[in-house]
Amino acid sequence: MTQDLGSAIPIGPGPTRAGWAEEAVTAHAGAEHLTREEQVLERIARARARKPRIREERITLSHGAGGKATQTLIEAVFLEAFRNPILEQLEDGASLSTPAGRLAFTTDSYVVSPLFFPGGNIGDLAVNGTVNDLAMCGARPLHLSAGFILEEGFPVADLQRIVASMAAAAEAAGVQIVTGDTKVVERGKADGCYITTAGVGLLERPLTLSAAAAQPGDVVLVSGPIGDHGITVMLARGELDIEADIVSDTAPLHGITADLLDAAGDGVRLLRDATRGGVATICNEVATASGVAVVLEEKALPIRPVVNGASELLGIDPMYVACEGRLVAVVAPDRADAALAALQAHPLGEGATKIGTIGADPPGLVLLKTAFGGTRIVDLLVGDPLPRIC
Amino acid sequence: MKYVDEYRDADTARALATKIAGLCEPGRRYSLMEICGGHTHTIYTHGLEDHLPESISLVHGPGCPVCVIPMGRVDDAIALAEQDDVIMTSFGDMMRVPGGRGSFFDSKAAGADIRMVYSPLDSLKIARKNPDKRVIFFAIGFETTTPSTAMTVLRAAAEGLDNFAVFCNHVRVTPAITAILSSPDLHLDGFVGPGHVSTVIGCEPYTYIPREHGKPIVVSGFEPLDILTSVYMLMQQFADGRCETENEYARVVPWAGNPKALGVIDRVMEVRDTFEWRGPGWIPESAMQLRAEYAAFDAERIYQVPGVRVADPKACQCGEVLRGAIKPWECKVFGTACTPETPIGTCMVSSEGACAAYYNFGRFSRSRVKEATSA
Repeated sequence: MTQDLGSAIPIGPGPTRAGWAEEAVTAHAGAEHLTREEQVLERIARARARKPRIREERITLSHGAGGKATQTLIEAVFLEAFRNPILEQLEDGASLSTPAGRLAFTTDSYVVSPLFFPGGNIGDLAVNGTVNDLAMCGARPLHLSAGFILEEGFPVADLQRIVASMAAAAEAAGVQIVTGDTKVVERGKADGCYITTAGVGLLERPLTLSAAAAQPGDVVLVSGPIGDHGITVMLARGELDIEADIVSDTAPLHGITADLLDAAGDGVRLLRDATRGGVATICNEVATASGVAVVLEEKALPIRPVVNGASELLGIDPMYVACEGRLVAVVAPDRADAALAALQAHPLGEGATKIGTIGADPPGLVLLKTAFGGTRIVDLLVGDPLPRIC
Repeated sequence: MKYVDEYRDADTARALATKIAGLCEPGRRYSLMEICGGHTHTIYTHGLEDHLPESISLVHGPGCPVCVIPMGRVDDAIALAEQDDVIMTSFGDMMRVPGGRGSFFDSKAAGADIRMVYSPLDSLKIARKNPDKRVIFFAIGFETTTPSTAMTVLRAAAEGLDNFAVFCNHVRVTPAITAILSSPDLHLDGFVGPGHVSTVIGCEPYTYIPREHGKPIVVSGFEPLDILTSVYMLMQQFADGRCETENEYARVVPWAGNPKALGVIDRVMEVRDTFEWRGPGWIPESAMQLRAEYAAFDAERIYQVPGVRVADPKACQCGEVLRGAIKPWECKVFGTACTPETPIGTCMVSSEGACAAYYNFGRFSRSRVKEATSA
């Protein structure tokens, strides 16, 4: 069978010149007089020793193949951004020197959609989230690992933006990213970029913070307005045709927790960052683990009018909406004032306030005294109204 | 929040509560049904019952559109969604409603293309983007949402979008009230009438309730003070010996309804002879279907849906809950076999369902809690 070329479907004009090839030639200009073999070999050696540069605009499967392209990606993107003496060794694992004592160790994966949103991106979350998990154990965060799962075709420029945010967030949090990994999966098998970070931190204080440590009479504090991150991401998806002036609250909390622990010491029973499930979920964990009642005041909950308004429209309760830079602290009553003052004195805790108290009865329940003058339960959420928020 | 906070004020509520208590005849008990699931949700999220004297009890009615969908209808929808060329769209509420063979979520996990939408118009967008697929919108709701489905059909017809269809489950509120009024175990004194539905149909359609059945009804808004005011208006009627249809929600509900919305419904849809409700069973003239002129957009005419009737699980007492015969916690499986996580009956699925509202927000002894929160 012969093909009728006359009716072939045109597929657009082709390139008039191979730009990438010309660029490569220009990059090596000035060496054309070399002809002898050793001169050529020397030239190749020099080219290979040059600082690696990633030339592709998009991630390809070869970036995950472990060969030259992977090496270029690691050196040109990750090492360039995260550079520190431990990472530079590019060994299979990082050797860490830490003072003797207790360590906190945590891990978290990030799949937020969209990757970029007002106030931050997945990179900020990946660093701050793990830093915060360490901070909530009462630890001083030290070292992080970063694993990337990239989708074939993901723009290198986006990856560079994410990595730059991670570097900035790590610097702000005083931690080093000391080891990492990259995998690439075929187009359609992932949604752009997923990141997993793990972290170790030093437990310098003789404290054990635990959700099971709350006692009747204790006070429940929150470090600022709740629900900003979740609502920001929800609106950034653009599916709802709602616009609002709001940004994510993503921030590292190790500084504010250190101030809090300095001020209230062993009066602090537990710390939690109010991520997925929001403040309501944390209070439920405390009620169950400690066998106490958590009694919250609806009027005292710090919620921005824009978060309240968006939640009202979407039919969700801001108490369940994620934050990425807020903590809940349960503190003994005699240290509560000192604790609140310490939170409010920190730039990330200006909006800190008391939202409730711990009671003895009924155990395991979170009760809300409503602004309307009634009482209701605040239960664990069933289903997920806001998937992929972090 | 403007236009909201003034309807949630605790001091106004307390003043109103005192007036309500003053209208209670000693020794008399009052049973009032709020028909609409939105009201049920408000009552629980704001702890409204704390403002009512013990002699007044609120009974939660059948006005949760998700709760009244029978299992057979869910199975029919899943059968449609499982067709290779079909994309099913649905409101999020519907996703977890169990049918005889699982829920939309189960079917989605097994490979069916079922997508959550916030508006029926989103389904048209999906239909435009997927010309090789048929997009079927699982239309659900009382008269509140019926006009938007009808408008969507008109839009699709105007655009010639022939790969869009509706699986119509729109129900009508007054036949359901009639069904409740004719049940033998009825002991209701009056109704808090639905608000959103009434923005469309108005108050006139309810006037037969006081006239023929001797029960007063007050159409109510959705803020807690609206509902408390409606209870007050009912109590005032009892005290005065009146029995009327009144409108508490006059800021939104015109007495004659919204003629434009009613016109759109009438253009696209007609009343079905009968429709099955979860709980009350078959109720004559209680639902809508697409008119023959719009058959090309009617999933029930394009496909032969199985139409299998699935009996409710024996232990499930949603039917009795929906007609107010028992309180949610009086059901044999409430909170044990049937929870919001693993709902057996539909009342446990939607946040507007009486059982889910009670389980999520009211699952405690009020006297015990008074002590815990009085500090």
